Amino acid sequence: MIVKLLSGDLPRSTVLAVILGLVFIALAFAPFLFPGVRSVDTAARICVFIVLVASYDLMLGYGGIVSFAHTMFFGMGAYGVALSSTNMGRGWDAMLTGSLTGALAAAALAFLIGLFSLRVRAIFFAMITLAVASAVAVLVSQLSSITGGEDGLTYLIPRELTPAFRFGDSFLGANLNGRLLAYYLVFSGALLLFLILLRVVNSPFGRVLQAIRENDFRAEAVGFRVVAYRTGATCISAAVAALAGSLYAIWLRYVGPDTVLSFDIMIDILLMVVIGGMGTMYGAVIGATLLVLAQNYLQGIMGTASRAVEGLPILPDLLDPDRWLLWLGVLFVLSIYFFPTGVVGRLRMQR
Amino acid sequence: MSDPILTLAGVHTNIAQYHILQGVDLVVPRAQVTMLLGRNGVGKTTTLRTVMGHWRASGGTITLDGMDITQLPTSAIARMGVGYVPENMGIFSDLTVEENMVLAACRGKPDPARLDWLFTVFPPLKTFWRGQAGTLSGGQKQMLSIARAMIEERRLYLIDEPTKGLAPAIIATMARALRELKDQGSSLLLVEQNFAVARALGDAAVVMDDGRVIWAGEMAELARDAGLQERLMGLNVQAEG
Amino acid sequence: MTHAPEHAPRMAQAALRDRLAPLIPFALVPLLVVAGLIAIPSTSSWLTLTVSGLAMGMMIFIMASGMTLVFGLMDVINFGHGVFISVGAFIGITVLLMLGHMTQAPSLLLNLTAMLVAVIAAMLATGALGWAFERVIVKPVYGAHLKQILVTMGGLIVVEQLIIVLWGPEEIFLTRPEALKGAVTFWGAAVEKYRLVAVGLGLVLFLAMRHVLRHTKVGLIVRAGVENGEMVEALGYRLRLVFVGVFIAGSALAGLGGVLWGLYQEVITAHMGQQIMVLIFIVVIIGGLGSVEGCFIGALLVGLMQNYVAFLEPKLALISNIGLMVAILMWRPQGMIPVVKAK
Repeated sequence: MIVKLLSGDLPRSTVLAVILGLVFIALAFAPFLFPGVRSVDTAARICVFIVLVASYDLMLGYGGIVSFAHTMFFGMGAYGVALSSTNMGRGWDAMLTGSLTGALAAAALAFLIGLFSLRVRAIFFAMITLAVASAVAVLVSQLSSITGGEDGLTYLIPRELTPAFRFGDSFLGANLNGRLLAYYLVFSGALLLFLILLRVVNSPFGRVLQAIRENDFRAEAVGFRVVAYRTGATCISAAVAALAGSLYAIWLRYVGPDTVLSFDIMIDILLMVVIGGMGTMYGAVIGATLLVLAQNYLQGIMGTASRAVEGLPILPDLLDPDRWLLWLGVLFVLSIYFFPTGVVGRLRMQR
Repeated sequence: MSDPILTLAGVHTNIAQYHILQGVDLVVPRAQVTMLLGRNGVGKTTTLRTVMGHWRASGGTITLDGMDITQLPTSAIARMGVGYVPENMGIFSDLTVEENMVLAACRGKPDPARLDWLFTVFPPLKTFWRGQAGTLSGGQKQMLSIARAMIEERRLYLIDEPTKGLAPAIIATMARALRELKDQGSSLLLVEQNFAVARALGDAAVVMDDGRVIWAGEMAELARDAGLQERLMGLNVQAEG
Repeated sequence: MTHAPEHAPRMAQAALRDRLAPLIPFALVPLLVVAGLIAIPSTSSWLTLTVSGLAMGMMIFIMASGMTLVFGLMDVINFGHGVFISVGAFIGITVLLMLGHMTQAPSLLLNLTAMLVAVIAAMLATGALGWAFERVIVKPVYGAHLKQILVTMGGLIVVEQLIIVLWGPEEIFLTRPEALKGAVTFWGAAVEKYRLVAVGLGLVLFLAMRHVLRHTKVGLIVRAGVENGEMVEALGYRLRLVFVGVFIAGSALAGLGGVLWGLYQEVITAHMGQQIMVLIFIVVIIGGLGSVEGCFIGALLVGLMQNYVAFLEPKLALISNIGLMVAILMWRPQGMIPVVKAK
């Protein structure tokens, strides 16, 4: 049963299996295990980022294509929900329409970009996605009459998903309200999307994709239409990223350029993929969990460290909590050189 | 054969997962034309590329004029005086004929006297001197490629299929040029599929099969013995020869 | 250089159409300028916009040229090229601020000296940084595009953060040297002096680069190396050295571009390089990766397009460049001047 759900793609490492199991349990029972607004918020963020990173890995790790537009696709899903909820009014239908429209639009845009760039050279894709993504981000902040500009949009989601909707008193420390339902909507949506991605990469489609990544000339020679496969992967990846964005928008009840479109999120995704392990869906789980937790707690540690070296030259600045990106950047470069298969690759090697 | 210009001893070359050269032993005598023969895909081009350092030999030694060049970078090998004409001619099509020639004279400017000589050997080069090399015909490109190798005096010329796909008249021009080189006392190692050309030019012959040298000796000896040719290089030799 | 032929080469066999095709890209810039004249109601605004478009294009060209050559020569794609722009701007502007007494003096000579010192400092620093970047970040990942993109992006993040560590997170505002402030008026159009300087400088650099590429041996090696590096080595040249040289020169030019850009915008931030990279990518893609001339035309097109559209419909400025890129890729999928690559 579990094997089938995981599409036969098992962790293949005891340590990894245990860690994944723990992450799963922690996320599945987060509201009860870690009650509190902030920790549940972190859990929801982890769920969303696991899907987002896994969908990115479909492109990068399995397809061998670098995209810098993944936040744009993510944002399209988020803005889809936000715009439909604003314009159609509060309701499940608006949420569903927004999510689906966002996903379709993301897939269509990915198709267009793929058509233009993958046909020529795979590296065009990286450059063009970067250009398009930044243009879209600028456009979103400029078209303030539609998108709310820099301020973003706040909207209402179905009442059943808000704290105002109560269906009982607290249970094991968690408040039984709409927020709990919203968490489980995010969790189950993320789980479903993750299992779908796992199915995709283990399907014949996914195997061809990996063959292309290994050697695109040979794959082409054997008769696979490389561009078609790569474009297909890009579209699926974009659609799933958009759906992750929709889940995030439902959870936050707010979207803005900084929360769903900024380049910083793109960097986060890259770090998560590389540190977790490219080319393994489980890497996304590890990477997203590690980095979301690190972002929440690393800054505190750096603050302490920075105060500890106060008075010394430069060091306090280097350890300033706002400079965490510096250290993650160093970690990122080092892991690409010395640790290219990430945590998952390392764990599997040890077996 | 006492003082060879180039010696390969047990050279192995791997390209990706393929083991192309499997212990090539080859001697190129000084001031002679050596023909490197064999069917398609037996490693002739790879042998030349390995000598040039384009592929790094994974085993064995290559000696040029008594010096071990196995680990030298391509540019250093070229600067030791090796003129190389690759299979695809390696013309810089964006550059003019003139610029191609200027670049080929890596020790400085082309020597005018030598250039004049090359113009008489390959008249089209003079005609198209200022034209873009990319617009030349196939035969003219081959002339340019060989002329580039000849622009300075080299210790050794490595020439990969100079007559491939050319019209008979142009093959004759090529053969004449190579003969002039030979008459000047240069050392040449030529890969050649055209047995008639090989027989006409070659002093020595080396036959490869499956990444190894399977026969080496006088060209004349090979030319005489149709049975040997057939055994070494397959049936098509007879038809062409 | 050497013997002149006795008679002109007979190269006229190619059909007229085939011979004109490579020239079309060169006609695009004047075409766009004319289109601007038609679309923009006031001639004086058009002139102002054209000059600023050209100025912007020249600066983008200065910054982008190194990147396109680095790609052409060694197939290395440097996503971190933008940091050289930021670092150049910060070093150059810091020097200018330190030389405040010279930049604020109403003497053209003193102003220019200060600028020259700033530019040289910036170029030395970014050249050195480029050298280090090549050795530490790029060299280990030759031949692996995917890793190159990721690693150079990582390098960009790290250096950007280091800029913030050294100079602080705030943007730095500045004023141009006295002599470059203000505008001159042509036919009723006010044209900022600084933009004219940028256009002139860009043009000089382009011509100088063209001269080096066409008439020196190093230039020949670079042009030949873009097409077939292996053969250049087989002719006895150490392409790797030339490549490192080009990488350093390209980084230094990006640094120079950073100083110019900083003076143009009158504000600098650590992220400026990353932002300009978007335009640079568009430029090198539409120009044809590896082609300096394509890069030049592409940069002018992008600069003009950005300025015209920003005037006509401000919100569409960035999108218009994406549109330009799409249009050009539909016409020529490899860019305007595709680079021949020997296989």
